[in-house]
Amino acid sequence: MLRHIIRRLLLAIPTLFAVVTIIFLLVRVIPGDPARAALGDNATEEAVNTLREQLGLNDPIWVQYVNYIQDLLRGDLGTTLITRQPAWEQIRFVLPHTLELAAAALVIALLLGIPIGIITAVKQNSPIDYTGRIVSLAGLSMPAFYLGLLLIYLFSARLGWLPAIGAGDFSEPADNIKRLILPALSLGLIEMAFIARMTRSVMLNVLSADYVRTARAKGLAEHVVLVRHAFRAGLVPIVSLVGIFVISLIGASVLTEEVFARPGLGKLMIGASKQRDYTLLQAIMVLYAFIIVIVNIIVDLIYTFVDPRVRYD
Amino acid sequence: MAHAATADVADNTSGGPQVKLVSQRQRAWRTFRRNKSAVVGLGMIIFVVVVALVAPLIAPHNPIEQSTINRLAEPTSDYLLGRDDFGRDVLSRIIYGARIALLVGVTSVLLGGILGTTMGIVAGYFGGRIGTVIMRVVDILLSFPDLITGLLVMAVLGAGTFKLIIAIGLTITPRFARLAYGPTLSIKEKEFVEAALALGQRTQVILSRHILPNIAGELLVLASLWTAQAIRLEASLSFIGLGVPPPTPTWGQMIRDGTRYLTDYPLLSLAPGVALLFTVFAFNLVGDGLRDVLDPRSR
Repeated sequence: MLRHIIRRLLLAIPTLFAVVTIIFLLVRVIPGDPARAALGDNATEEAVNTLREQLGLNDPIWVQYVNYIQDLLRGDLGTTLITRQPAWEQIRFVLPHTLELAAAALVIALLLGIPIGIITAVKQNSPIDYTGRIVSLAGLSMPAFYLGLLLIYLFSARLGWLPAIGAGDFSEPADNIKRLILPALSLGLIEMAFIARMTRSVMLNVLSADYVRTARAKGLAEHVVLVRHAFRAGLVPIVSLVGIFVISLIGASVLTEEVFARPGLGKLMIGASKQRDYTLLQAIMVLYAFIIVIVNIIVDLIYTFVDPRVRYD
Repeated sequence: MAHAATADVADNTSGGPQVKLVSQRQRAWRTFRRNKSAVVGLGMIIFVVVVALVAPLIAPHNPIEQSTINRLAEPTSDYLLGRDDFGRDVLSRIIYGARIALLVGVTSVLLGGILGTTMGIVAGYFGGRIGTVIMRVVDILLSFPDLITGLLVMAVLGAGTFKLIIAIGLTITPRFARLAYGPTLSIKEKEFVEAALALGQRTQVILSRHILPNIAGELLVLASLWTAQAIRLEASLSFIGLGVPPPTPTWGQMIRDGTRYLTDYPLLSLAPGVALLFTVFAFNLVGDGLRDVLDPRSR
């Protein structure tokens, strides 16, 4: 097992390398001058040139690339163009808020999405199924920021139950949790739609399998058939979809943080995009890539646990 | 899909078996028509398209004409949804907003669809090292959320309608490439492709006449689902402030501008959101319906 984990980690290195290269190229190839963008249109030619020199933008592209990779290998994500701070400092400050939000949303999405998916699959083509499908399709159509706004309007503006914006401080847990509820609910409900649809289609496949029929024929109670036989088999394809789910979660979290004015990676990235702070943008992209690669490795490992047919050697 | 006519036994009510010739396209349409939610979705799309086309005729007012004395005016019979913080008619802006939503949604899917399908077919058909490299890049691009790729490209390009189409088109490209790649790999080994090769047909003809029609159905499903995503993405980027610049009315930006008055005047944000949700939902319904037509197992 340990050998398998090490092998999987080693295999991730070329992937990460390729991702970093693509991010680097994407930012360089698209026309536009990062120095000009950072200083604004009113900056003098001289100032722009000085900054270009400082950032090494006048060097040939391969020199820039080698420097960039060397910095990354030393764990240096670069200095932001706007605040001139190490990018990691800014990221480190907001990262816990994003992780907190993602974890809370994940719990909500799983707790609601999986049962809804199972029920709609079992009651296929019934009114319950129909309603569930429409609701989850609506959830997939709902822009994350709009659901957030609806929740703010209802629970903050109308009812005044919960604060609408900010994330609070971790040193004041009560306030922190209070500010977490609405964003987590907003993100969680959207991802719930995703999970419910996934679970439903997986369960539909599993429920028509021979071993489920056999289990029923043996006279097992329906809930035993569903949970022990069908859902357990369904877990395998569901786990393999977790990677896609995390990608969707990251995307929606960006908009959720924006609408709730909540500090986090997404909000930081939006700010960097607007100010055209390329280094910060690049640093956040690399971090996202890192998270996604790690999640995929974990999924891979869980896979070997839930499906004994998958062998690691 | 091929258009070969196949025999289909019609309902046998008047004795004697009646055999009717039905083309695959007709049969697909029949299956689609039986799917109620897909038909409703199609109707909703047609409604939005018509509204966008005849916007100047049905919009009660000029969507960008400002009137500062009437800012944030309550709804009246003349201004059904009231006026925004520049005194502009909210209803007219929502009607005109359909134009940008559809323009960006459809053209970016066309752009990404053509580019991506070409990449996927070429990578699949020719294979080799170039094919592998193309698909590796595609897979990496696929591992980023569409919003984040869109944000990055918009940050580099700067705001503007045309740039927004490019940014969204680029995020869509790898999805079509991935979809076109797999089937191309298996179809190129089929006998009819071999036959075409033996007949001395040019590669271009083989790709466009023999491979493309066989994946056209799946491409159509993806196009419909991604039009929904593209419209949502356009609204998201406009909401963030990196989309179509003002004063052009877009739903995303209207929602953003309205957030400042959410407590006292929620209509400003909530009304354009309904239009947005309606449109995205419509394209998703149709995409889902089309998928059921093509793959009856998923129903």
